[in-house]
Amino acid sequence: MDKSTFEERKAINGQMHSRQRHDSAHKHVAGTADYIDDMPEPAGTLHGSLGMTDRAHAEITAMDLSAVEAAPGVVCVLTARDMPHSNDISPSHLHDEPVLADGIVQFHGQPAFAVIAETRDIARRAARLAKITYRDLPHFTDITDAVAHGGELVTQPLTLQRGEAEAELEKAPRRLKGRMRIGGQEHFYLEGHIALAIPGEDDEVTIWSSTQHPSEIQHMVSHVLGVPSNAVTVNVRRMGGGFGGKETQGNQFAALAAVAAKKLNRAVKFRPDRDEDMTATGKRHDFLVDYDVGFDDDGRIHAVHANYAARCGYSSDLSGPVTDRALFHADSSYFYPHVKLTSQPLKTNTVSNTAYRGFGGPQGMVGGERMIEEIAYALGKDPLEIRKLNFYGEKGSGRDITPYHQQVEDNIIARVVAELEADADYQARRQAIVDFNRTSRVIRKGIALTPVKFGISFTLTAFNQAGALVHVYQDGSIHLNHGGTEMGQGLYVKVAQVIADSFQVDLDRVRITATTTGKVPNTSATAASSGTDLNGMAAFDAARQIKERLIAFACERWQTTAENVSFVPDHVKIGEERIAFPEFIKLAYIDRVQLSAAGFYKTPKIHWDRATGRGTPFYYFAYGASVSEVSIDTLTGEYMVDRVDVLHDVGRSLNPAIDIGQIEGGFVQGMGWLTTEELWWDDKGRLRTHAPSTYKIPLASDRPKIFNVRLAEWAENAEKTIGRSKAVGEPPFMLPISVLEALSMAVASVADYRECPRLDAPATPERVLMAVERLRRPL
Amino acid sequence: MPQARENKNNDSIRFILNDSEVTLTDVAPSATLLDYLRLERRLTGTKEGCAEGDCGACTVLVGRLSGQMLTYESINACIRFVGSLHGTHVVTVEHLAARDGTLHPVQQAMVDFHGSQCGFCTPGFVMSLYGLWLSNDNPSRADIEKALQGNLCRCTGYEPIVKAAEAAASARPSAIFDPIVAARDETIARLKAMKSEETITIRDGEHCLIVPADAAGLATALAQHQGATVVAGSTDVGLWVTKQMRPINPVIFINGIAELQQIARSEAGITIGAGVSYTAAFAALSSAYPALGRLIDRIGGEQVRNMGTIGGNIANGSPIGDSPPPLIVLGATVTLRSTEGTRTLPLEDFFIAYGKQDRKAGEFVESIFVPRLPAEDHFAAYKISKRRDEDISALLGAFRIALEDGKVRSARIAFGGMAGTPKRAASVEAALIGKPWTEETVRVAQGAFETDYQPLSDWRATSTYRMLAAKNLLLRFFLESEGEAAELVRYAAGER
Repeated sequence: MDKSTFEERKAINGQMHSRQRHDSAHKHVAGTADYIDDMPEPAGTLHGSLGMTDRAHAEITAMDLSAVEAAPGVVCVLTARDMPHSNDISPSHLHDEPVLADGIVQFHGQPAFAVIAETRDIARRAARLAKITYRDLPHFTDITDAVAHGGELVTQPLTLQRGEAEAELEKAPRRLKGRMRIGGQEHFYLEGHIALAIPGEDDEVTIWSSTQHPSEIQHMVSHVLGVPSNAVTVNVRRMGGGFGGKETQGNQFAALAAVAAKKLNRAVKFRPDRDEDMTATGKRHDFLVDYDVGFDDDGRIHAVHANYAARCGYSSDLSGPVTDRALFHADSSYFYPHVKLTSQPLKTNTVSNTAYRGFGGPQGMVGGERMIEEIAYALGKDPLEIRKLNFYGEKGSGRDITPYHQQVEDNIIARVVAELEADADYQARRQAIVDFNRTSRVIRKGIALTPVKFGISFTLTAFNQAGALVHVYQDGSIHLNHGGTEMGQGLYVKVAQVIADSFQVDLDRVRITATTTGKVPNTSATAASSGTDLNGMAAFDAARQIKERLIAFACERWQTTAENVSFVPDHVKIGEERIAFPEFIKLAYIDRVQLSAAGFYKTPKIHWDRATGRGTPFYYFAYGASVSEVSIDTLTGEYMVDRVDVLHDVGRSLNPAIDIGQIEGGFVQGMGWLTTEELWWDDKGRLRTHAPSTYKIPLASDRPKIFNVRLAEWAENAEKTIGRSKAVGEPPFMLPISVLEALSMAVASVADYRECPRLDAPATPERVLMAVERLRRPL
Repeated sequence: MPQARENKNNDSIRFILNDSEVTLTDVAPSATLLDYLRLERRLTGTKEGCAEGDCGACTVLVGRLSGQMLTYESINACIRFVGSLHGTHVVTVEHLAARDGTLHPVQQAMVDFHGSQCGFCTPGFVMSLYGLWLSNDNPSRADIEKALQGNLCRCTGYEPIVKAAEAAASARPSAIFDPIVAARDETIARLKAMKSEETITIRDGEHCLIVPADAAGLATALAQHQGATVVAGSTDVGLWVTKQMRPINPVIFINGIAELQQIARSEAGITIGAGVSYTAAFAALSSAYPALGRLIDRIGGEQVRNMGTIGGNIANGSPIGDSPPPLIVLGATVTLRSTEGTRTLPLEDFFIAYGKQDRKAGEFVESIFVPRLPAEDHFAAYKISKRRDEDISALLGAFRIALEDGKVRSARIAFGGMAGTPKRAASVEAALIGKPWTEETVRVAQGAFETDYQPLSDWRATSTYRMLAAKNLLLRFFLESEGEAAELVRYAAGER
């Protein structure tokens, strides 16, 4: 006999720190999870298409749109002049990013007009009928070209400095200089950008946007339309992937849809084709890193001086904070006794680069790891030995201060690395590989272990705040809303677990609802890995408020004290009495208890003074490490990733299933960035890798053949985050730096490891082969 | 919208969509299945990710009759034309779950193993995995990866999807309801009833869409419409429509012509009909020419191999088509047909210059004949691409030599990606023939590549890399002929 109804349940389904499936998983697999293009369209919905230019840098001398307007089915054509209030959607507020190009084209493909038509097909075809005449201006797409042409910057650079880098470099026993090129990356979210604007009464408009930042869409639309923010409501239930590509890049589509919708009083949808999306929206920044490192014969770093130059594209967008974060991570996991780091956010005639998972941090770390590699090869040592020698020390060791003067208080990197080194049998495998390479003529192998230390918080302190709205209805069902957006990362289910846990009800009692500016205002982007930290705490705060009211109600009604009231699985326990949750809620309602609360959270402790380059920009660090083993073909440069072992720190995981997914997915995405994903512009400044046929993200057959991923079960956040968990979105993206370094080792084997191969990223088969050729001794 | 019609078989496209029959009398030549599903039927589970057959978010299954056999294959709905669906069964993700909402084992495994994150690619993965589930109840990891070559996921890193595929394969309770298996006999009967004995023609003003019933009908149609676009697998023509927005009117869909689907083996070699897909050709070609099998496995993704044809790969004359170099090296001939009759020419003579083939107005590629490879000949084909699978070649080299007394008696070498057409390396061949088959000979012959080719630089590779890799592939070919391991292999033969 089932006695579960008579005995106290030990636990709810869906508590914190338990494995839970994605809240929409059953809909994903059935094809019933609605993305914006799947929603029924309002009657009379029109469709927009971008009118794109085909010059990298030019003055528009004439724009004849008569054929576009005359095409059957075209309803109207918008240009910069048609923006009711402002033609500006610059997220940095530097007014350098127009909705539509106005008189000057700054990158190949920049939209100069938009067509609104009865169908998407008509709009796309009509957009190609424009006759635009140009006066060409000199263009440069590459970092070195930009420097050669005066090095104009899109925003203020940053300098981080501690100690006397120049002087100590002079004094160091050994010194090495080098340069590394690190490629950019297309987000390749599977769902491209999309916006649907539905006009409302007066000046109101409702937007459905595939965005990580509904509040910014709201602000930009209100700015372009010239209406107050309270006239614009932005909704997003889910995105088909974001990865940073939908932090600011949705503004253009939302603004155009809103302008057209208000002008025509009809719903308007913009869904660019994949090629248009890849051409007209920003990507990860490419970097050129120049480094100068002083060290001793043991391999201990004395001083570092490095410059990080970035291809930012034609406008500032988020390039300031992105290049800042590159510098924040140029130390990787290492203590630099004397350091000077500078950023150079360069203007180029390319699409404006933007946020992408890691936000400059990965590029910073790749540069830092390259310096380690250089030292190791120069000394003839295993790079892992050099890494360990240079790790940040324990708090108070004197080797715990970052280049931005933050003390590293929660350092666990040495333990993570030591554990992984043993678990993955690194030393024996490395020896076996060295032996293999001695006798294998064509196929060579490499292995590398690299660490990750990633700072968590928005470096702009104001962004570290969040809100949530929780309603408990009379039947005990719960409505949850917060400012975070769901793009696949599992934020919704994690926050729902927080609520289920708080009230001790099963997860399926919590209804997760679409993010909307109408319920939770003034939100930050779901970015910087912060989603759960911020929104989880805000939701926790909302639940706390409701629970306090419920406890007060219970105390009064049952004439008891708060310590005798507790939330237990599916029930509220008052003294010895257990009342089913719905029943208790009904009683509270009848007693007129407010069953709704807005929660709020702001991250404590952090501050940052950019002018002086000092502060505590990060609340804490997330750590991890990986070992990668690869094989290369020294005749063609082709390679395979044979095995990867990961040990990663997510604090006390709120949901290990989701967290493992973030780590595996982040790893493969980062591996793609460092291997096969190459952006290629031709001499006309045209991006030629603008579709999956030409831009190659990893496939199932590219993933590590053996892929062991473990959470550091013992880890716990030293700070009071939600459930002592840690952010997981971005940190794993940097784990596959070990793939690049393993490829390096395999390449280095052709010259008996005497020289650092200086393999640039992405390490395409071509780059691997060319590195082999550089090192190969004449036969 | 679909219109119910009398059972008249020559003026409508008829197919089964999930469990309902569709009769369309007003199909535009360029209408795609994806737009039809999403816009006209509001079956929005099938997604558009790229509209060029590279991401797999639009994957559906298409069942087709071949004699008594009903086989289901994954295809890309984004580049599949509605006009090419006559007499098929189209199965979308909405068809999988039972009516009470119980998920299919493939779907349930994806949930259980956390195989979805953002979920946008998921219906496509589910359909690819479903195709695998139907055809293979014990797939190896290599089989799973092959089935997923045409599906991109940006979130999961694929590990949980592969695990889900393994779990689903073994999750076959006898009572499980499978919509395709349950309806198989009924579907066969319905599809047979749809079969048209005569050419289907749909005209609407300027538009003309023709589906010939047989090769003679195709010849007649092409004689009448000499500028018509002949579409077999639509893996190339699909992009003309979705990306370049080129008109393809009038259009002739040939994928239903049984005569062009024939594979005939004889002592002399193998004849492959122009309409045979890569998937269908795989078994015959890989057993006769194992190196060709390994190459075919890397052409496109599974969906593209299920649609794309070797005939189309030849007829479109691309300089980077993957099948011409090995077929040239094997001495293949191509047979062209028109109402005037047929003619046969060596495949290498078919490619005249970039974008120009020896195909006269009114002619179509009917078949390709590949001669038997003598057992003593060494033959290999190497594809080099930025990403190993589902990528367009930077270069592709095919090699064949015959030795006599340690010397090279004959050599045939051809490359794609090195010139404006698939092209023989005549100087390299000359530098090998008559010489001892040694590394020294190979080293000398490598220099001759510079006489044969002046490759371009583009986003796939620089000219320097193409030249260097081409030379090195000759060395790889030599080393392999000597039994030395010189190529990376992800899964050894037989490895699970």
